[in-house]
Amino acid sequence: MALSDLRVGQSGTLEAVELPERVSDHLAHLGFLPGASVEVLRRAPAGDPTVYRIDGVEVALRSETARHITVELAGAQAESGR
Amino acid sequence: MSDCCGPSSTAVLEPPVESVAGAPGGPAGPGGTRKGRIRTIALIGPPNCGKSTLFNRLTGMRQKVANYPGVTVEHHSGSMKSFGRADLTLIDLPGIYSLATYSEDARVAVDVLKGNMPGVPAPDAVLLVLDCMHMNRQLMLAAPILSLGLPTLVLLNMADLLEDRGGKIDALALAHELGHPVALISASRGTGMELIRSFLDQFGQFEMTRPGSAQMPILQSPASCRRWATQVSSRSRFEAPASPLWTRRLDAVLLDRVWGPIIFVVVVIAVFQVVFSVGQPLSDGLGDVLTRAGGAVASLLPNNWLRALLRDGLWNGVQSVLVFLPQILLLFLFIGILEDSGYLARAALIADRVMRAIGLNGKAFIPLLSAYACAVPAIMATRTIENKRERLATIMVAPFMTCSARLPIYTLVIAAFIPNKSILGHLIGLRASVMLGLYVLGFLAAMVTARLMNSRVMKASPAPFVLELPQYRWPTPRSLALRLYDRGMLFVKKAGTIILACTFVVWVLSVLPAHGGNFSALTTSVIGRLGHLIEPAIHPLGFDWKIGIGLLSSIVAREVIVGTLGTLYGVDPATHSASLQAALHHDMTMGGAIALVVFFAFAMQCTSTIAVVRRETNGWKWPAIQFAYMSCVAYVGALITNQVFLHLFR
Repeated sequence: MALSDLRVGQSGTLEAVELPERVSDHLAHLGFLPGASVEVLRRAPAGDPTVYRIDGVEVALRSETARHITVELAGAQAESGR
Repeated sequence: MSDCCGPSSTAVLEPPVESVAGAPGGPAGPGGTRKGRIRTIALIGPPNCGKSTLFNRLTGMRQKVANYPGVTVEHHSGSMKSFGRADLTLIDLPGIYSLATYSEDARVAVDVLKGNMPGVPAPDAVLLVLDCMHMNRQLMLAAPILSLGLPTLVLLNMADLLEDRGGKIDALALAHELGHPVALISASRGTGMELIRSFLDQFGQFEMTRPGSAQMPILQSPASCRRWATQVSSRSRFEAPASPLWTRRLDAVLLDRVWGPIIFVVVVIAVFQVVFSVGQPLSDGLGDVLTRAGGAVASLLPNNWLRALLRDGLWNGVQSVLVFLPQILLLFLFIGILEDSGYLARAALIADRVMRAIGLNGKAFIPLLSAYACAVPAIMATRTIENKRERLATIMVAPFMTCSARLPIYTLVIAAFIPNKSILGHLIGLRASVMLGLYVLGFLAAMVTARLMNSRVMKASPAPFVLELPQYRWPTPRSLALRLYDRGMLFVKKAGTIILACTFVVWVLSVLPAHGGNFSALTTSVIGRLGHLIEPAIHPLGFDWKIGIGLLSSIVAREVIVGTLGTLYGVDPATHSASLQAALHHDMTMGGAIALVVFFAFAMQCTSTIAVVRRETNGWKWPAIQFAYMSCVAYVGALITNQVFLHLFR
């Protein structure tokens, strides 16, 4: 599923980033790489962008960007981290 | 915890470095080889890892620092004087994630590192700064930098925070992994500086690189870079710090659906309220002192043209600008607190919806925010925007943001014409809300301009918004004090140079031509005639000829209008002894006064901005378009304002 479809509090394992190279490169340097675990921390007051926690860093992405990142939803027990 | 760990087994005996380093610029010392002599050191690291804080500490200079990525967009050099090594030049570079260059600021960093930057000597050594809170990610930059083959000291910055939060890293193990010395430091507290010193002192005594042992993968793919970084950091027994609980808790409130925007608005209003309610009395007091000082000095002078020049001309002009120092300092105090704490990044998040609605790149937010201080660094900061057309749109929009140079004329007119009342049941002063209104007006003009640029000129797809949220930090008193000192000095210097020069010219033109040893009256002087010549053009805006002269002179810089008016009213016998605020009432109605500040909200009255736009766009085309466009908007805006007042309130 797309990263933008995760609800606040859910986390998942990143599968692929399908964005132009320069964007995916930048994201990769922030930790958006296949296998990384991503958690949805909160949404901005207007509902978008969304703050994700990845590898100890908080990064905000607009949903138009997060839509192109696929993740596998982690099981319910993974949510205890929040 | 701190230990400078060079791989000592590889020490190569060479002449002690002191004998060479003591003779800067001289011929090669004993030993003669290039190795062992350093003159230029580059400071490199990922964005927001504290390079500039370290640079300032090592050189005693004052590069702008703040708690968000992308503050440094140019390279700056400084001699390491305050570090006792005046023979060394340190180059501060923009933050980069890798040596792949997508934006102009990253290209600057790579060019300097590789010695391809004209006018900048190739660095002899590198200080690689990494934020040790996030080793896995930050180490990704170590591979390409260490592969350059330059002697490198790896500095793990924010070591104090790492320890406070219960994180760990084994610097010795990391040094062995990387084959380069590693030091734990805190640039903001100044710990670990002696390790940098001993690296520099021992330079040349050790062979710094250990080819063979460090497996520097030739990594161009970020994924392989990342795997390597994770491996290295786990072998260095890196334990990530506890998650920043306070940042999370604060964000739960500050980014709350309801509270977030409310707090955002309250913060903005509070800033204006304090700038007025605290700044105005301070400013009045300063004005009293300056007037008395001027009077005291003038009474010592003989009553001739010199006294007229000094008191009526120069002093009146310069002091009428200087009195706004308290407001300027207060504004920068607040900007400093917001920047250093990390709240500005949250503000960017809250405002992103608006930015997107007008089609601006998410990355435009930080440059635009800094334009509230001054458009010049803001326009330079647009270098972080990769897309050339989006960058141009941001450059065109930035001067509409209300910079601090508008503060003197705004404050002057508001204090003179707007009654000191509170509205909304004592919640906010009328004066503060008019000021807020002017800021909103500038912002609206920026939004409309961005829209126009996007539909007419720009057809680029929006670049993604990727914003790293820094952890909240307490702004340090040291950093705030330095900012205020720098800003204050800048303002006073401007008053003592540009504004002084402009007032001098205005005064001379206001008393010439002299007839038989007597100065001409103001209205028959050169400036009076010029003013009356242009008066018909600005009369519909509610301005008389003196304001017209003020507008002309303020093309140099916005504050100049206040100095010019101070001089003109000082020369005019009718307003000679009145305060500037009272004197304004002689010549302007409420409509004209509001029209004047509206004019300033829109007009591009600033030669520095024009110059920087010319430089950044490589030509006169865009600054000319921008100046013409902003002047038209200003004229029409002021015209409408004055006409509305004329028809509604009479």
